[in-house]
Amino acid sequence: MSNQDKDGLMGWIDARLPVTRTIEKHVTKYYAPKNFNFFYVFGVLAMLVFVNQIVTGIWLTMKYVPSAEEAFRSVEYIMRDVEWGWLIRYMHSTGASMFFVVIYLHMFRALLYGSYQKPRELVWIFGMLLYLLLMAEAFMGYVLPWGQMSYWGAQVIISLFGAVPVIGEPLVEWIRGDYLISGATLNRFFALHVIALPLVLALLVFLHIVALHEVGSNNPDGIDIKKDLDENGVPRDGIPFHPYYTIGKDLVGVIIFLMVFCGIIFFFPTAGGFFLETANFEPADPLTTPENIHPVWYFGAFYSILRAMDFDLFFIEAKLLGVLTMGAAIAILFVLPWLDRSPVRSWRYKGMISRVSIVVFAVAFSILTWLGIQPVTTLNTILAQICTAIYFAFFLGMPFYTRYEKTKPVPERVTNR
Amino acid sequence: MTQDGVNKGRRRFLMGATGVMGAAGGVGVAWPLLASWQPSERAKAVGAPVTVDIGNLEPGEMISIEWRGKPIFIVHRTPEMLETLRSDELRGRLSDPDSGNADQQPEYARNDVRSREEEILVVEGFCTHLGCAPQFRPEVAPQTFDDNWLGGFFCACHGSRFDMAGRVFRGVPAPSNLAVPPHFREGNLLTVGEDGETA
Repeated sequence: MSNQDKDGLMGWIDARLPVTRTIEKHVTKYYAPKNFNFFYVFGVLAMLVFVNQIVTGIWLTMKYVPSAEEAFRSVEYIMRDVEWGWLIRYMHSTGASMFFVVIYLHMFRALLYGSYQKPRELVWIFGMLLYLLLMAEAFMGYVLPWGQMSYWGAQVIISLFGAVPVIGEPLVEWIRGDYLISGATLNRFFALHVIALPLVLALLVFLHIVALHEVGSNNPDGIDIKKDLDENGVPRDGIPFHPYYTIGKDLVGVIIFLMVFCGIIFFFPTAGGFFLETANFEPADPLTTPENIHPVWYFGAFYSILRAMDFDLFFIEAKLLGVLTMGAAIAILFVLPWLDRSPVRSWRYKGMISRVSIVVFAVAFSILTWLGIQPVTTLNTILAQICTAIYFAFFLGMPFYTRYEKTKPVPERVTNR
Repeated sequence: MTQDGVNKGRRRFLMGATGVMGAAGGVGVAWPLLASWQPSERAKAVGAPVTVDIGNLEPGEMISIEWRGKPIFIVHRTPEMLETLRSDELRGRLSDPDSGNADQQPEYARNDVRSREEEILVVEGFCTHLGCAPQFRPEVAPQTFDDNWLGGFFCACHGSRFDMAGRVFRGVPAPSNLAVPPHFREGNLLTVGEDGETA
């Protein structure tokens, strides 16, 4: 049925704006594989948290004062004196951590089922850009309350740019806008956190979804459902996203997620120092570094990789080596679609080496995340070095073990298990 | 030159010229936006020298003052500390025991104990790794981070270690010794931020 045939208000609108066509393409006639499992709920949850961050963020902006003198006090004002201010702020701070929980599981899903493989390379790359910008967004957001951890976290992360040869120092000065972290830094981070990055994030979310809907969703079997179409051109293993997944699966996931989310907000808002660190309840003091300065948990893995490089390599100083290694750890994720040479997508049908590698990698990544918030000791450093080696071995070895290992035969139709 | 009444050469030239002008305009707009991130005149103006009375600073003690937003550590070192600084046991574990990196201290502090006067150490409490303030750990005793600790500064952020002259140990993330700021002393008054007239 073409849009021109319709009468009434919708017909009038559809002749001028592709409303019905867009809804059909992306929702009611978007055919998703019928064998999705619970891992496929995290994309929707990420959208939900994104909306939560935008809405609560706008409300926080109404009371927050972005200046070195007032920032800390204004956050306390929101927490104590503003009507429902505590709720809005905890929704935002808990949302930040839950964003990363959801995104990490979303990415792990892609890793398990080969969702980054051809033809979904662009979906993966847009997703990685989103992840990268989300880290920048979260980092700048954490600076805004202007507590001790805000200040010293900013000090450490911005100093990373000083490792760049030749232009390092001027670059750091340019980012800070001062000779130390100061109100100038706070103000520009506020501008970036509140308007610049959210705009780019929204654009990337749009591109991520459009690219996904162009090629179609992957599934736990890694089977291309578009190869088996019925007489109407609809995949035999596909079901419309709405209502089957919106009501049938995602709503259930959203409700469970909101129960956890509200539980944290109401009973456990700092998550024992993981979501809101203890040191950040003290105002920023440029003269005293807290005992154990570390980033929030979601940066832990990359921070551990940075710290693990405590030795010089040839002519590269340890400081630059750490920054390069950390950069490489993120950069290598972008080329993942081209590292995996396996003829099959899902780990269900990959060989034993791939299956074991994914598990070992996940364990190493978790250990690195945990180490990121632990103090530096000789043992922790060695452990971080081992896990860093595993991290890179997983990716750098992938072109070899995925090509030569024996894979299992992939069924013609998706399975339900 | 002309095809079907279209002068392709001229069209290409106009496209190119417009493109170049557009790019120049783009750079012209981007420049002030990017340059406005530089430290402002007000930020540059802050940074005058500071003076502190160190008459009450006992041997083995440290005080911390602020200069240009950075902590400045002033340590009154004991004879034992100075002896340790000159020992081969310690020097063998340092990456730059003789202050070879000229950027990290004024010429008058470029000696075996990195100070203008033997006892008085003045260094920036600003780890050369990523800018944390290191902790003053004068006790000579085994530590969790070093089984053979001879006293000095420890940066808890990433485990960098420095001796009692701010010299960096080998095998830590910090690449260079702690910086010695320009300073001079008149009686009990120590001024940080200027070399003084005798320099």
